[in-house]
Amino acid sequence: MTWEPVIGLEIHIHLKTRTKMFCRCEVAYSEPENTRTCPVCLAHPGSLPVPNAKAVEWTIKLGLALGCRIAERAVFHRKNYFYPDNPKGYQISQYDEPLCVDGRLVVPGPDGEPEVGIVRAHLEEDAAKNVHTGSAQGRIAGASATLVDFNRAGTPLVEIVTRPDLRSADDARRFLQLLRQTVVELGISDAEMEKGSLRFDVNVSIRPQGSDELRTRTELKNLNSFAFAAKAIQREVERQTGIYEAGGEVEQETLHFEPGTESAPPLRSKEEAQDYRYFPEPDLVPLQPPAELVERVRAELPELPGARIMRLAAELDPDTATDLVTSGRDALFERVPGDRRAVANVLMNQFAAAGVDAAAVDPEEFGKLIEARSRIPRERLIEALAASGTPGFLADDYLGDGLMADTSELEPIVDRILEANSGQVEAYRGGKEGLLGFFVGQVMRETQGKADPKVVNELLREKLST
Amino acid sequence: MIDTLRLTAEEAMGLIERGEASAAELHSAYLDAIRERDGELHAYLRTVDEADGAGVPIAFKDVISSRGVETTAGSKILEGYVPVFDSTVATRCREAGLPLIGKTNMDEFAMGSSTENSAYGPTRNPWDPGRVPGGSSGGSAAAVAAGLAPWALGTDTGGSVKQPASLCGIVGLRPTYGTVSRYGIVAFASSLDQVGPMTKTVRDNALLYRIIAGRDPCDTTTVEPPQPVELPEREDLKGIRVGVPKELNEAEGIEPGVKEAADRTIELCRTLGAEVGETTLPRSVEYGLACYYLVAPAEASSNLSRYDGVRYGLRVEGENGVRSMYERTRDAGFGDEPKRRIMLGAYALSAGYYEAYYGQAQKVRTVIAQEHAAAFRSFDVLVSPTSPTVAFRLGEKAENPLAMYLSDVLTIPSNMAGLPGLSIPCGLSEGLPVGFQLIGPQFSENTLFHVGHALERAIGFDVVPGRLQ
Ligand SMILES: [Zn+2]
Repeated sequence: MTWEPVIGLEIHIHLKTRTKMFCRCEVAYSEPENTRTCPVCLAHPGSLPVPNAKAVEWTIKLGLALGCRIAERAVFHRKNYFYPDNPKGYQISQYDEPLCVDGRLVVPGPDGEPEVGIVRAHLEEDAAKNVHTGSAQGRIAGASATLVDFNRAGTPLVEIVTRPDLRSADDARRFLQLLRQTVVELGISDAEMEKGSLRFDVNVSIRPQGSDELRTRTELKNLNSFAFAAKAIQREVERQTGIYEAGGEVEQETLHFEPGTESAPPLRSKEEAQDYRYFPEPDLVPLQPPAELVERVRAELPELPGARIMRLAAELDPDTATDLVTSGRDALFERVPGDRRAVANVLMNQFAAAGVDAAAVDPEEFGKLIEARSRIPRERLIEALAASGTPGFLADDYLGDGLMADTSELEPIVDRILEANSGQVEAYRGGKEGLLGFFVGQVMRETQGKADPKVVNELLREKLST
Repeated sequence: MIDTLRLTAEEAMGLIERGEASAAELHSAYLDAIRERDGELHAYLRTVDEADGAGVPIAFKDVISSRGVETTAGSKILEGYVPVFDSTVATRCREAGLPLIGKTNMDEFAMGSSTENSAYGPTRNPWDPGRVPGGSSGGSAAAVAAGLAPWALGTDTGGSVKQPASLCGIVGLRPTYGTVSRYGIVAFASSLDQVGPMTKTVRDNALLYRIIAGRDPCDTTTVEPPQPVELPEREDLKGIRVGVPKELNEAEGIEPGVKEAADRTIELCRTLGAEVGETTLPRSVEYGLACYYLVAPAEASSNLSRYDGVRYGLRVEGENGVRSMYERTRDAGFGDEPKRRIMLGAYALSAGYYEAYYGQAQKVRTVIAQEHAAAFRSFDVLVSPTSPTVAFRLGEKAENPLAMYLSDVLTIPSNMAGLPGLSIPCGLSEGLPVGFQLIGPQFSENTLFHVGHALERAIGFDVVPGRLQ
């Protein structure tokens, strides 16, 4: 039997508003503990929440980018539970009347353009951070005390829930990449996993290909990179396949991965059905985003990465297009003249490795480098790419004019090298023609890469054949 | 010599304006009165010795945060908690120059109708120390009635301003929901809590309401009242249509003496020129109380979750892990009534019961609001006794929560509809004050003040308790 994975995602992103969701404390990541707090985010008696209008606007922006309907009336609910990082004893979240509903994101891939349904995108507040002390790696097991840092408490958080529409680990990875790029380009979040400003959980089940049933799913938590998520999903799909094929049943459970260590097996836990006693937050009136606001935000939306991927996939391929767009190099790609595939390759390989900001690069000069890339030494190209983002960069400085192509200048160097390596010369003449590369390398080293390899080659062949 | 027993806030303002007394002298006169009489009454949990402001002193119910002054909400779980910020009403009083004279006793977290649920001991009624002052703002009511404060602020959720005002023979306003900020008020039931003035006269009440009312950017449920607050002058009721809801005036449990005093006052309305007619609020009265005891505990169960021993207030260390710390802290910190309501509320919100209880109660609330709105198409104010009984004896209902809950049966329906209500003293029954409740449509405080003032003048009720004269 062929098994089909059924994957859904739940993503949390921090909005990079200046202040928190329900108070005017600064949103901060690396400030000293408990220095960005006030009576509201510490839940002092009598304090009341006041929603951050920017966060509401940005959630609408994201909702529109994901093709959602923006609710005319959205309600904040209280999600009640006790935990030290939850100062009020409830989290202000949204429940059955979220701000954005029923959207979709098209994720181009090698197998087409699957559409992933967005159930909802809603606004809530993040919890504080518990810090366990006196145990290995700050784990709760064996900790002697737990300290709470409330700087993070109340950071605006958007929760995005997809339908279980993803059918492979790679689709899930591509979806996450595209979603991340979308929020970054909308300017609403850094979406950095290392910082904790993007987190996600994955629901995985499988079913016989062609069926539309939904089987028991497991939840994967604490995945710390998209690539690792793809691996973990793949492993989980294989595990579930193994269970069904052996006649077993998959159990509903949560797999908690150890942050930082991909090799460690996940901890398993049964989800205890928790009753959060949701009810409408009586301290807040319902949000009623004015139609003019929604329309203004809609009109201001830039061309979205998803649309650009589809445009580029037509001339390249979906994976390269996705890579270009999600790395933020597609704007440069579109402005650089020359062979499309070559430009894409250099951008995603040598240029990516050089770590240069694509926005700082002059596309015309860059185009000259691409055009000359097979004529100049590899080291030169890399050197040129590394410098391509500096102001006033000129490709010509690294191309022909700068090269030693003059035979009279190169000849003494070639002679000197052949003389110093008489053993290798003998071997070459004895038939080991592969040694030519060795001599070229010696000349390049001697000239610090400035020699024109074409001229050096010709010169060497001529001298070695006599 | 300042006679704090008789002095109204308005008269006290006059003394200051005319230079006949300074704010500090007034403050210390009230502190003297507190020293003299509060040993018996226990209206205050703590006093503030220095007058901070050039106006008439004011007392706050201990649920109203005032920076630097311990605020316990009558609970052990907040013992020693000192707010680092002012509530908006405290800020407004400060800006108006009113120095805080002290924090008054109350039922724990405003849950109760007798002030016997205070973790710091009960307050006694100035008219008869063997009786309760009502609650939950019993400390504020007793303080004003006994001349221990010229005026005070209380809070009203199901009747916690109106009912103690009634039992202590003073004037109490529960404003339209949303006209007074709740920022800095220790929350009981957010969709019902309102701060209200407790005073000797209706004019004092209007003066204080004028100070505290208004939209507050820190409380998104607030609005600006559409009309400025007017000080009542008129002493007739010409052109006013007074509705007498049958169910509120004939409810089971209304004492005959209370009914008599209320009926006399209704007659007086006619004498003063009002048109008086009967009306009906059948579902509001039948379902109001039940509905309230779902909504208020549900919200309370959530509002009281923050008292977990982590950040402030009481902490009792646990055996191992945080759960045991929570359990011990909350067990030791909360009294019986908050525990009872937390359990009721958590149950009403739990999965599978939400629709039948909390969801249904919210729907009934809409029906109650509609029923009141219909009555206000024919009437400007609705009237009834405020409390079915006069002040009862300490301990009389303490062991019977249900009997205690019935103390608010006449105040709860209009509270559920978010409407303003004013209680004024209208006479005595068995030597104890009877309160008369005036209910108006949203934002009708000016009308309530007008009617209340006209009746107050005509009744001539002596607000000084007989035994203190
Ligand atoms: Zn804050």
